[in-house]
Amino acid sequence: MQRLFLFLYQYRAFFTFLILEIICAWLIIENNAYQGARFFNSSNGLVAAMNNVSHGVREYFLLRQVNSTLAEENAQLRSRFEALNQLQYITSTPAIKDSSVMNQFDFVSAKVVSNTVNRFTNFLTVNKGSEDGIEPGMAVISPLGAVGKVRAVSRHYSVVTSILHVDVQVSALLRRTGHFGTIQWDGINPDIVKFKFIPRHVEPVKGDTVVTSGYNAIFPEGIMIGTIEEIHLTDELFFDLKVKLSQDFRKLSYVEVVKNSMRQELDSLIQTVVKEDKQ
Amino acid sequence: MSRISIIQVIAFFIYLFYQVLILKNIVLVNTAFCFLYVAYLLFLPVESTPLFLMLAGFIMGLCVDTFYDSLGLHAFACVMVMYARNYWLSLITPQGGYDVGTTPSIAIGGIQWFLMYTFPLVFLHHAVLFFVEAGGFGMFWFTLWKVILSTIFTTLVTVVVQFLFPSGRYR
Repeated sequence: MQRLFLFLYQYRAFFTFLILEIICAWLIIENNAYQGARFFNSSNGLVAAMNNVSHGVREYFLLRQVNSTLAEENAQLRSRFEALNQLQYITSTPAIKDSSVMNQFDFVSAKVVSNTVNRFTNFLTVNKGSEDGIEPGMAVISPLGAVGKVRAVSRHYSVVTSILHVDVQVSALLRRTGHFGTIQWDGINPDIVKFKFIPRHVEPVKGDTVVTSGYNAIFPEGIMIGTIEEIHLTDELFFDLKVKLSQDFRKLSYVEVVKNSMRQELDSLIQTVVKEDKQ
Repeated sequence: MSRISIIQVIAFFIYLFYQVLILKNIVLVNTAFCFLYVAYLLFLPVESTPLFLMLAGFIMGLCVDTFYDSLGLHAFACVMVMYARNYWLSLITPQGGYDVGTTPSIAIGGIQWFLMYTFPLVFLHHAVLFFVEAGGFGMFWFTLWKVILSTIFTTLVTVVVQFLFPSGRYR
């Protein structure tokens, strides 16, 4: 027994090394596996407050850009509003009765306080949290396109996994042909994502728009993702498509968090079907 | 264990905040990162025990991780580097050995010795960091390219820090 202790003491540096590395490895795996690690991330109040200050300085350099984006969005919304108005006037169809369908999506505007694009796993922090009704799993979009999914929330801040994260997959639709596939980032260029599982008989054209499909109940249907930039035909069953993101993630400044009031309903319905299927 | 002077504690926070508030936003050509906070760990006194070094690395790593949303990643790389540091220091001991209480700096053995000390350790840190972050060797060449560019960037800034704040400060 004494010799064991002596042995442990002699190699104490090595054993400490081992223990610390195991703790770190555990943290890394744990943190990747599920939406845990509630305290040690940038939605932690102190950390977020400091990021806030740092981003406040950076924001001055982006003001011009933000202004023009907002103005553009304003114009777009106004035109859509007018069109809708006209349509209602012309057709005078009975309004949709079920108000929960009409108000399925609710949007919360939030400011980005910290953001990265150059790592393999990118996150952004926004300044709205559980106090504004934000929950993990909600979609985040910007005026120009889809951004990501909420990962963890604190009272006033939340951490968002951006689409530029090698493990994130988004169900997407090739708008012109109506075929759907999966968007995933390969970790190299923050402007380009891959669009997978488009079968060979489809004829995608450079410049085709790719939008969200609305199949997974996270993103609303038809949110812009980007346009097709490169088309490769491989020996496999599917195309190798590269999509240029419509939102430049380096210039993200204001985003909207999407609350889907029917998500729970849809999820529970799908879950019961999956369960029955297994039996 | 060496006495932790108050200056070292202050330096810890300076390096940490400089990293997470300023250097986090600086990325050259989309691939070259600067993780200057490693310099703080490399500049700890020569006779620090491995236990103290690894603990310092672990705490520094965790603090940086909290800001980078990558819990455990930087801590892993830091502990690795801190374990290797003393072996590397004893391997490249200059003639006459180290004086008591010195910190590794250009004053000890000139710029050549200093680069020989920092470059491999920074490279080790960045290699561990980026390959663990990439989750394996899937994109080997791209990740290696990232590691090499970042190592050069960080080492350069480390040398600049040496000239800006000449060593002997912690004695």
